[in-house]
Amino acid sequence: MDYVIEMNNIRKEFPGIVANDNITLQVKQGEIHALLGENGAGKSTLMNVLFGLYQPERGEIKVRGEQVEINDPNKANDLGIGMVHQHFMLVQNFTVTENIILGSEPTRRGAVNLKKAEKDVQEISDRYGLRVDPKAKIEDISVGMQQRVEILKTLYRGAEILIFDEPTASLTPQEIKELINIMHNLINEGKSIILITHKLKEILQVCDRCTVIRRGQGIGTVDVEGATESSLAEMMVGREVNFSVEKTPASPKDVVLDVQDLVVEDARKYDIVDHLNLQVRAGEIVGLAGVDGNGQTELIEALTGLRPVKSGKISISGSETSKYKPRKVTEAGVGHIPQDRHKHGLVLDFTIGENILLQTYYQKPFSNKGILNYNKMYEKAKELIEEYDVRTPHEKTPARSLSGGNQQKAIIAREIDRSPDLLIAAQPTRGLDVGAIEFIHSKLVEERDKGRAVLLVSLELDEVLNVSDKIAVIYEGKIVEVVEADQTDEQELGLLMAGGQKEAGEATT
Amino acid sequence: MMDAVRTKWMGLLIPIISILLAFLAGAVIMVLSGNNPITGYAALVSGIFGTPYDFGETLQRMTPLIFSGLAVAFAFRAGLLNIGVEGQLIVGWFTAVIAGIVVDLPTLIHIPFAIAAGALAGALWGAVPGFLKARFEVHEVIVTIMMNYIAMHVTNSLIRTYFLESGQRTAIVNESASLESTFLSELTNFSRLHWGFFIAAAACVVMWFILWKMKRGFELRSVGYNKNASMYAGMSVKGNIVLSMTISGAFAGAGGAMVGLGTYGYANILPAFTNIGFDGIAVALLGASTSIGIFLAAFLFGGLQQGANMMQATAGVSPELVEIVIALIIFFVASGYVIRWAIDRIASRKGEK
Repeated sequence: MDYVIEMNNIRKEFPGIVANDNITLQVKQGEIHALLGENGAGKSTLMNVLFGLYQPERGEIKVRGEQVEINDPNKANDLGIGMVHQHFMLVQNFTVTENIILGSEPTRRGAVNLKKAEKDVQEISDRYGLRVDPKAKIEDISVGMQQRVEILKTLYRGAEILIFDEPTASLTPQEIKELINIMHNLINEGKSIILITHKLKEILQVCDRCTVIRRGQGIGTVDVEGATESSLAEMMVGREVNFSVEKTPASPKDVVLDVQDLVVEDARKYDIVDHLNLQVRAGEIVGLAGVDGNGQTELIEALTGLRPVKSGKISISGSETSKYKPRKVTEAGVGHIPQDRHKHGLVLDFTIGENILLQTYYQKPFSNKGILNYNKMYEKAKELIEEYDVRTPHEKTPARSLSGGNQQKAIIAREIDRSPDLLIAAQPTRGLDVGAIEFIHSKLVEERDKGRAVLLVSLELDEVLNVSDKIAVIYEGKIVEVVEADQTDEQELGLLMAGGQKEAGEATT
Repeated sequence: MMDAVRTKWMGLLIPIISILLAFLAGAVIMVLSGNNPITGYAALVSGIFGTPYDFGETLQRMTPLIFSGLAVAFAFRAGLLNIGVEGQLIVGWFTAVIAGIVVDLPTLIHIPFAIAAGALAGALWGAVPGFLKARFEVHEVIVTIMMNYIAMHVTNSLIRTYFLESGQRTAIVNESASLESTFLSELTNFSRLHWGFFIAAAACVVMWFILWKMKRGFELRSVGYNKNASMYAGMSVKGNIVLSMTISGAFAGAGGAMVGLGTYGYANILPAFTNIGFDGIAVALLGASTSIGIFLAAFLFGGLQQGANMMQATAGVSPELVEIVIALIIFFVASGYVIRWAIDRIASRKGEK
């Protein structure tokens, strides 16, 4: 028996749906095994079964050849299964060590033995090259280090099999490289890894084998050697996938968005956008590349009127909007696909129809003398649902029950339908599957071709490179460089994003 | 669609199951304390429906409960917890009565005037915590609780100093401002049922109209569900917070006017809270913050309070039992998650077979 984990013919149902149907996942000792599938394919359900959060209706689980019943996460821990969650479960104002020992504190005569814990943490950190400072507070360390703390947490609890849930979602290219090194270190020390992801590149880079699931069904397991991005994508989606974004060269016209010397404060009164200059012209897509937390969020909020401007000037199509409230900005011709669709983009408890009208409900013919005409509203919603292919059983279905891709399509329908001069798309494809990403990218290009200015803000370098015509790199609240998208690469952008200078001779700022 | 239907059924099932469970628990308590639950509940039912008088009194009791329920629900729809309905109702009661005493107008003008005065007082009392919340982010629960005490003691003091007539109360309101109805009273064997009942029923329609038909209602509900998305969509979150607390207070104040102009015809020095406002929280919760649900929940609670008398008189069950049952209903509704879970379990078991 050389499998450390065997999940055979797992079936898990929820009222009305089969989340996992006859899925088999077999992980060999010492390998990195990818679990690939679109959003909603059933990856998380399967891992929650393994982690003891759900009980399967059918199928068996074997750990190191022995059949086991995992009925709660503690049992999973005892079996040496550890999970590195996508959303970190850390107490912000505790130190690294305190977070790691939380729940299994070593004690001496009833008191927590922090000294010993710190020593242990340091030891594990050194052994796997995690480079974590045991005494640092979580709130003071980078996202990448927070993730390493999560990894340490599972190791501290004696994990032999580590599950990584979409670990690269919020990391910079450099941090991703580091993470890959760490994974290799873990394998060298005899651990096994399950990597949940929908990023094909990563699988090709680090994994040994890959199990694909599609709509709850196990499609199969393949060796990564010999697989290609398109072969894996085809298994995942069930059809051929077009990766490159098809577009003609841009023909930029007048300046639509003009940002001059903009300063914006964050919640701590720190100038997070620091004398920033940026222009976006009609008929071009400008991608804003940068590591999360360099002022992108605050910049967008200032552009859309959600955050006050401290100094500087924003003008859109010639009129100054620096002091506008959100509605006036919208009416000045701005469409905004917000980066957090659940926080800003949708009222999840409203119907999908109500959400589609969220920016226009107050206008005629939907509202007349303060009274809403729901018939007209839903008529309009129905139209857009059809036009933008939002898959929903009904226009009166609550937005909450739609998949992420369809929620995002609804937002895009709402924002694009108003024909805005400027379209701000903040991480428009975050967490979406290949099909939805294709759709959204083509819509952005379509808007550009209609002569609109598009500002694309994304943490995914691939996306910025593929979709944009120009790329502006933001670092510490400033645009450090603007480059043509077809004359740069991931390497150069990564360097610029980390605050490095462009090679001498080329620098023109 | 499956989901929508499912949620709708759940919304109905949970209150019904909660009521049944609460009555079941009440029966157990009766058995434990040596009473026969069947005779006990029979007495309760006949205490509500037995005579026209009891039924009239039930409707009279439910009238202010509808208003306080609407008040709580309206604020809740905008994401606010208005614990101050009690105080808003007290100032509404007092103001409506004073408006009914100090001016003389034709009935058709005087009644709306006095009710409006009560509603306005309640609205102001609700607007203050709304404003503090919107402007300074002071939590509305704390402010509204405090303002309940201010309301009670200020009105008590005003009555004592300026309006004391006989004993502990003000003068009776002018006939032109009274909601009393000889017709309704005679119809129900001289109960205190008054025109206010129909005003309360109309108020249910008003809330439904504001929330589900008006542009403002759309915004209020949007703010209640998600402030960030509402702000993003260009709505004024602060304005809507103040507005919802104002309208909520107006409902409460109008409820007070019903008590003052209808049930009693005067305001008196209150030794303690009326509890009508606090019961409104229970009514809104059981009614799931919907107009129809509030109407039915107010009927249930009004009936239980009325029927409790008969339970003691004919079955010897102490009236506190009704309070226990009411508390248990709230307990079960509030723990609706558990009931939902249980229903899901049963449903999925059936699905397996």
